Order: sequence, then C-alpha cells, then structure tokens
Amino acid sequence: MNGRSASARIWLLHLAVIAALAAAGFLLPEYHRGVFSRVLVLAVFAMGYNLLLGYAGLLSLGHAMFFAAGLYGAGLPLYHLGWGAPAAFAAGVAAAGLLALATGALALRTVGVAFMIVTMMFAQVVYLTSLYFTTWTRGEEGLVLSPASRRIELGDTVLSLTDPATRYALALVLFSIVLLLSLRLVRSPFGRTLAGIRENEERMRMLGYDVFRAKLTAMAVSGLACGAAGAAYGLLFGYVGSGFASIQYSILPLLWVLVGGAATTLGPLIGAAFMFYVIDYASGLTTAWLVLVGAALIFTVLFFPKGILGTARERWLKWLP
Amino acid sequence: MAALTPLIETPLIETPLIETRALSRAFGGLKAVDAVDFRLEAGEIRAIIGPNGAGKTTLVGLICGRIAPSSGTVLFQGRDITRLPAHARVMAGIAYTFQITSIFPRLSVYDNVALPVQRRLQAQGRVHQAALDAGVAEALDKVGLAGRAGVPAGDLAYGHQRLLELAMGLALKPRLLILDEPTQGLSDGEIENFVALIRDIAREATVLLIEHNMQVVMALAHRITVMNAGRILAEGTPDAIRADKAVQDAYLGTKADD
Repeated sequence: MNGRSASARIWLLHLAVIAALAAAGFLLPEYHRGVFSRVLVLAVFAMGYNLLLGYAGLLSLGHAMFFAAGLYGAGLPLYHLGWGAPAAFAAGVAAAGLLALATGALALRTVGVAFMIVTMMFAQVVYLTSLYFTTWTRGEEGLVLSPASRRIELGDTVLSLTDPATRYALALVLFSIVLLLSLRLVRSPFGRTLAGIRENEERMRMLGYDVFRAKLTAMAVSGLACGAAGAAYGLLFGYVGSGFASIQYSILPLLWVLVGGAATTLGPLIGAAFMFYVIDYASGLTTAWLVLVGAALIFTVLFFPKGILGTARERWLKWLP
Repeated sequence: MAALTPLIETPLIETPLIETRALSRAFGGLKAVDAVDFRLEAGEIRAIIGPNGAGKTTLVGLICGRIAPSSGTVLFQGRDITRLPAHARVMAGIAYTFQITSIFPRLSVYDNVALPVQRRLQAQGRVHQAALDAGVAEALDKVGLAGRAGVPAGDLAYGHQRLLELAMGLALKPRLLILDEPTQGLSDGEIENFVALIRDIAREATVLLIEHNMQVVMALAHRITVMNAGRILAEGTPDAIRADKAVQDAYLGTKADD
C-alpha cells in the first residue's frame, strides 16, 4: 500500500466516524443523545490530554486546571459581565491556553514523577483559587448559567444551547474540529517531533531540536483543547462549579485515554464513552458501583493492555493513526 | 581607512573548523578534560585515540554541547559557541552520533531518518513531503538501508542500527560529523563497509572520530590526536604517531600484541 492510499483510508475512517455520530444525533433515543452530548465534549478533553500523554509522552496529573480554566474563563464573564456565549467561549479557550503556557514553562523543567507532582500542585492551586473567591464562583455550589444567557445569535437565527438537538450538534462540531485537527497534527512533522521526544529525548536534542520548546508547544495545544472542552461544557450544560477543578477531573482524562488507547486519535472518544456507560450502568445496579467500575478497568487492562484501540492496532489494525 | 590597514595586512590564516582554548571539564575532583587546546581543520578526518578514561568522549561532548565546560572556550568556524546549547550547535552544523546506539526503536526506519531531515528542512522553511521523502531516501541509500524504510528501527540487526545512526547524522548534512566509536561491536566485514562509507562522507563533511580499532584509525585518519589523562599527549599523521615514543608507552605499547 502506498502512502497516499493509506492516508486516504485514515481520513475516510475519521470522516466516517463523524458521519456516524451525526446520524446518531437523529437516531439515538433522547437519553442516549444527552449522554453522547456530554461524552463528545469530554472526548475533546481526553483528546487534549492524549496529545500530551500519548504523543509527547508527558504524564500530567493536573489537567483539571485547563478544563476548569475553560469552564470559568467562559462561565464567569457570561455570568457576571453578561458576555455572549461565543465571546465567553473564546475567553475560556484563551484562559486555558495562557494557563498552559505559564504552568508549562515552569513544570516542563521537571520530568517523570516530578512533572506529575508539579502539575498536580498547580491544579490544586487552581482548585483552591476557585474555592477561595467564593463571592464570584460560589465554590462547590457553583454557578448556574441562566438559559437566557446561553444562546448564540447568528443573524436572525438564535441557537439556544438548552435545546438538546442543538447541544448535540454543537458538541459534535467541536468534537469534529478537534478530532480532525489532532489527526492532522499527529501526522505532521510536529507530530513526528513529539513522538521522537517521547521515544528518545536526548537523541532529539542531538538532532537539533529544542525539546523544551516543542514540549511547551504541545502543552499549550493540549491546554487549548482541554480549555475548549471546559468552556463548551459550561456553556452547553449550564453549570460551572469547583468540582470540575478537583483532582478527580485530572484523573478522569488519564483513565479515558488509557482505556481507549494512548496515542490513538479515536481512543479518547472510545475511552470516554466506555467509562461513561460503565459508570452509568454500574451506578444504576448498585450503590457499590465503584466495585463494578474497578472490575471493568481490571478486565480492560488484562485483555487490552494498551487500551481498546491501542491493542486493536497492535493486533489487527496496524494502519490506525 | 588607516585604522583598517593592519587588518588587511594581516596574513590570511585559515580559521580552523573547531578550536578549543584551555578547555576543561572536571567531574568532582577528576579532571576529565584538562586545559585542552585542540584544533581541527575543515576537510580532515581526525581520529582521537587514547586509553579508556583519557577524556575522549568528554572532549567531543564539550565540542557538540552535550557537556558544559568548567572553563575554557569552544570556537566553531571562529565563532564562540561555548554558551550555545547543544540543539543550536547541531543546527550550526555539528552532528554527533552516540557511542551507545541511540535511535528511536519503536519508530520506523523512515521516521528515524525523517526526524533529522525535517529539522534541516524546517530551518530552511516549510517541510514539503516530497523534499522529506527525497532527503530520507538519500541518507538511507548512502548507508544501504533503502529497502528497510518501513521496518521498526528496533527490529534491525545491531550492525544495521549503527548504520541507521550514521544515516541520521548524515541526514543533517553537517559540516562536522562526530562519531563516537562507530565500529564498536561490528564484524570485520561490516567494519570494512563502514570505513569505505566514512571515506565517502568525508568528501562532504569534516569527520572527527573516536576509535579504538587501530586498523580503522590508520586506514582513515589524516591526523591523529592522542589523549591521556585529560590532556593531549601527541598529535600528528598516522606515521608520526606510530613512531612516537610517548604514545607507544602510554597507549600503543599496551596493544603491541595485536
């Protein structure tokens, strides 16, 4: 198979996934469409995380701060300053990008376990900050964004973000954009640079690469994607609270990516959907639902050690990006 | 104009490609490289020899920037690069291949070579796929690995991994290629191949190699620098070095049985 047809097959696969998700928007029962609206946004969070973990080989335990930066960056101006949804979204993305640059510039001086701890500490600072300024954030209780403020005006048409169909469509648009951009990125020279850094950082330096700069760029792009997810989550589902800045939301993207398959473009979606449904199903069966979730994770690790898609790629579908 | 006259009258001395001045590096109390003045002319094949622990790898490490000096300066084409980080020295034209094979084992052979090629292309502007492919093919052709582009680099035989490492260095199109014990662990047949390859490379780049195999050194080097205990013990043509009494005592003497 030559490069061009392999490339065509990869792009077709991704477009087919997007088309299937678009069709699902019409076919899925109301409840599952609601679940998928959330899963698509959370998958964007996971894709942002995967860029750093899967492709650059950097394990962060603080990505909740980028999701939260997007969430608050969008939610606060909308709630307090009466900004429109599009401007609030842009503010959220920008806040997360800036936070990623600032924390990256410091945290990337460390590697391995130290990097995990430093990112976790930064995230803890963001979490505590959101609790400290209760006057504006209302802490754990959070802010409920009024339905009236959650709308996008496009000329004469007004998109209400409270309408489930619109919500699904917008979540899918965001997901598709981030998916296709990340596919393009990982197949670009920069994607190869990140893979090189993941595999052998010292060799990369001696091939003329400014490793720190490449990692910082990856961190910024990852922060932007996670911030976009956070901003969209707040705007689409109307709630902005400290819970999203807690350590749990730093662990979840790690889990989604590992379950779905690190360094696969579609793994984050599969991981996020799988975990969402496992938790959903298990918590419907018993109050001890964490036991079932744990069992599901052990099962996945045993039979899919590289995540669902990662293992599928290793065994059957070697061409997967 | 008068002020310029002395400059014009100064006889033209060719700037060496590499020059170190009183270059030192201490590890704790050990002076691995001790006030070394080293010059390397463009177009040479230079071998650095010396017993283990003589400071050879540290010296080339200081030249390519992997190791920071304790004192002294490094000049590249007359320009002070002492403070330049390693990656910037690589872009200036100094390529280094590792003593212990350092490749990207889980990436394909193509990607291993595409990394240095795209770095060179990035420095010139945008990376076009066709230019990338051509650069990779050229480097792989030179070392004879053209047929193996799709294979994961970790699956190559050891001798081929050494060749791949060399191809990665070549793909940068450096002015100076530093090879740290390139023939270590290779079979006689592979070494013969390697010698021919390095001769070929030397037509385009200056080659500085650390080598223990004296046959390789004698076959390749225009000049030899002998190091011992962090200092340069002797320097000269292969014949002069072979005849040098101090060198025989310090190094070659121990290998008289070869």
